[in-house]
Amino acid sequence: MQLTLWTYEGPPHVGAMRIAASMKGVHCVLHAPQGDTYADLLFTMIERRPGRPPVSYSTFNARHLGRDTAELVRETVTAAYERYQPEALLVGDSCTAELLQDQPGDLAQGMDLPVPVIGLELSAYSRKEGYGASEAFYQLVRGLLETNGASAGAQPDASRAPRANLLGPTSLGFRCRDDVQEVTRLLESVGVEVNVVAPLGASPEDLRRIPEADFNVCLYPEVARSTCEWLQRRFGQPTVTTVPLGLGATRDFLAEVGRVTGLDVSQGVADANARMAWYSRSVDSNYLTGKRVFIFGDGTHAVAAARIASEELGFEVVGLGTYAREEAREVRRAAKAYGVEPLITDDYLEVERAATEASPELVLGTQMERHIAKRLGVPCAVISAPVHVQDFPARYAPNMGLEGANVIFDTWVHPLMMGLEEHLLGMFKEDFEFTADAPSHLEAGAAPSPGGAAREEGQAETAVAVAESEEGAEVRWTPEAEAELKKIPFFVRGKARRNTERFAADRGIATITVETIYDAKAHFSR
Amino acid sequence: MTESASCHGGGVCGGLAQEEGQRQVFCGLTSIVWLHRKMRDAFFLVVGSRTCAHLLQSAAGVMIFAEPRFATAVLGERDLAGMADCNEELDRVVHELLARRPEIRTLFLVGSCPSEVIKLDLGKAAERLTAAHEGRVRVLPYSGSGLETTFTQGEDQFLTTLAHELPASPEGAPSLIVLGTLADVVEDQFRRLFDQLGIGPVHFLPPRTGADLPPVGPGTRVLQAQPFTGEATRALIRRGAERLDAPYPLGVEGTRSWLQAATRSFGVPDEQLEAVIEAPIARAQAALERQRGVLSGKRITFLPDSQLELPLARFLSEECGMQPVEVATPYFDREFHGRERDALGEEVRLVEGQDVDAQLDRLRADRPDLTVCGLGLANPLEAEGLRTKWSIELVFSPIQGFEQAGDLAELFARPLVRHETLKV
Repeated sequence: MQLTLWTYEGPPHVGAMRIAASMKGVHCVLHAPQGDTYADLLFTMIERRPGRPPVSYSTFNARHLGRDTAELVRETVTAAYERYQPEALLVGDSCTAELLQDQPGDLAQGMDLPVPVIGLELSAYSRKEGYGASEAFYQLVRGLLETNGASAGAQPDASRAPRANLLGPTSLGFRCRDDVQEVTRLLESVGVEVNVVAPLGASPEDLRRIPEADFNVCLYPEVARSTCEWLQRRFGQPTVTTVPLGLGATRDFLAEVGRVTGLDVSQGVADANARMAWYSRSVDSNYLTGKRVFIFGDGTHAVAAARIASEELGFEVVGLGTYAREEAREVRRAAKAYGVEPLITDDYLEVERAATEASPELVLGTQMERHIAKRLGVPCAVISAPVHVQDFPARYAPNMGLEGANVIFDTWVHPLMMGLEEHLLGMFKEDFEFTADAPSHLEAGAAPSPGGAAREEGQAETAVAVAESEEGAEVRWTPEAEAELKKIPFFVRGKARRNTERFAADRGIATITVETIYDAKAHFSR
Repeated sequence: MTESASCHGGGVCGGLAQEEGQRQVFCGLTSIVWLHRKMRDAFFLVVGSRTCAHLLQSAAGVMIFAEPRFATAVLGERDLAGMADCNEELDRVVHELLARRPEIRTLFLVGSCPSEVIKLDLGKAAERLTAAHEGRVRVLPYSGSGLETTFTQGEDQFLTTLAHELPASPEGAPSLIVLGTLADVVEDQFRRLFDQLGIGPVHFLPPRTGADLPPVGPGTRVLQAQPFTGEATRALIRRGAERLDAPYPLGVEGTRSWLQAATRSFGVPDEQLEAVIEAPIARAQAALERQRGVLSGKRITFLPDSQLELPLARFLSEECGMQPVEVATPYFDREFHGRERDALGEEVRLVEGQDVDAQLDRLRADRPDLTVCGLGLANPLEAEGLRTKWSIELVFSPIQGFEQAGDLAELFARPLVRHETLKV
């Protein structure tokens, strides 16, 4: 049993859902208790997808346990196939169903459906979301290509441009949507065409075309490494393993593409320059030198962030770790290079301890590290999943390639400005405008008028508060009314106060009571 | 759907069509998201799987916590294989937690699907741990599993556990327990009204801290503020309390009848009640009038979520002029929900349970002006050109009582107004 305040990864079946939801024509059937449909919200709310994810659940409950839950699986598979007519089915267990041992994958495979049925063994009590995604993708690609009969990949053909598959981007992946666009542009700039992007946006038919490419780009190893390795063995397709996160890595990525394809990419590498390079060299960035930074995330993003922090922004890496055990080796190697102890753990509390000891000035991490940073009062930027809705932005926001480097510069430096201001606050505590709860360059700082907070506090101390109404008449608040006002959320409290005072002044009410507040509320409610 | 004696597996029961199939609902663990804010010195420890932890953080994790007041003890392979003694493991985790959070006074052990399937006895564990932390922390169990509970039923289980813990009241002393979580501001409004009516002592359950558990016994009357408190009400009745039959306090009429159930029980004349609520009702009517222009004549369908569906449909129909088309609820309490069902009349299609794909087919055929549904369905339905109101907000907003009647109507008017406003 592990005490878990926050979990970095969901259960493995959520990984399988991400593969199905990334694709077209693939449906996922999950044997799961009532309530596990919460995971649909990840797609409809966090990613803001306009359709339901292609997932059907058996949603058994206590009453079903006395009956044949295996029969419920067959009914769910039949209903899902008939309604959605998918080209391929993924079938698996959630954690509770794993305890029932109904073997839904085997059951579905025995139903003689006229489409490929991939049964998934997800081991919910030992594996996690990343594994689930990787395993579902691998089983799906393998299941579809094994039956093809083809054993060799594309034959090199000098008359056409080299072709690459981009493997690994998924639904709910960190910035996958825009990374794909940026990397596609990068490859085209050196004369490489993209054959298939998968799983994001691909259909089973697209997966069958994977062997037509000359090589694979393993963009997100957490999802695509096993698949790329299998394709390399099965079809002899080489894999480009450099992930183009950061300026240096983007140049290395192009160089590796050159080695794999035989293209001359030297000009492309020389031209690969983002605005970020100049921003980082400009004198305004001088104060960034030696900023202590603690980095945690998935292996790929953490290792890349460490290189960017150290080589491209001039920070000092004081902590580096990952929750993805599959990436432990790469993270250990990188940590050694920066002279820090690698942190390989999925225990949030352990990350919190390490971050506290490292006493960083900036935390680069996941949504979870934002909790740690809040507790420590340290600025924080998000570099890796898990993330929440604000990190699925409407604007173009890649992290890979040249534009990705620009995005990273802005994102990482932004919270630091606040840190600088906080230092000034530490020196001059009684400033009437700059208060600890209202950092001036962040959104929250713009709302309240100067003196608003001070007035709020001052009034709390007097028994009967006196305020100046807009007409200059004195309006009194009873202590009860004052206390009632405090129950209103702070971000609308100022408005409620102004409205109530205006309401009272308009009617010649001298003393504001609780009744007045509600009379005014009713008056002004839309 | 045909008439049947059975209340499960199809047919009609209690005037509601029964439906079975895939359900698109939350489990009871979700109740932690609001209960941890209500009871400030309590901590909620789920004993479950990574899925349970993931659910909680997906629901609440958009807020950034310096110190969250909930967590999960995630079961691992060693626990399932019997290589680790689950009870010893749980004790270790609880000690670790309490060492980190010395200010916790009540710790809830919340059961989940996995812990129930492996039959881990959290009741025994709670007794053991209470004894081990004698005088400092009270440890209490309840179930929030999807096998047993749907969404707000988690609170019902929580309240039922509290009901067993309440001290006994002095013999026959009259008191009132208002049952079900209310926003603090709503609680204070009701408290003022009860004061003006001369009714007391009045206790709200759940209380704001674990130290404020109200007494219960013969003489205690229970007024349900939420429709999903059936089990807890029965638990209080078993302890000698008397349930006051009333509609739920939504809208002007719901709130008036709800208060009247209390005043009549406490011997307060109707004239006194009317005098006290005259001004609030006038305000509420004025506020409602503005929303009525938007809502009147609009057709509305409720998908099952919280058991608030029947009283909400009654309010929108009677006080806002809306036309309910289908009103579905995850669970119909035959003992306590009949009044709300009767108020809706014969024209409305009432459903208990869910078969989500079939229900969506009916919805697409009906094409109501507004659909109340969960967040898993809201955006997909919007993309199909249907207007939606996401239902969870109704559990997270102050909606009860006179002063909130206008706000409640506004929650339903907002998506319609927004649709008219947007030019994109």
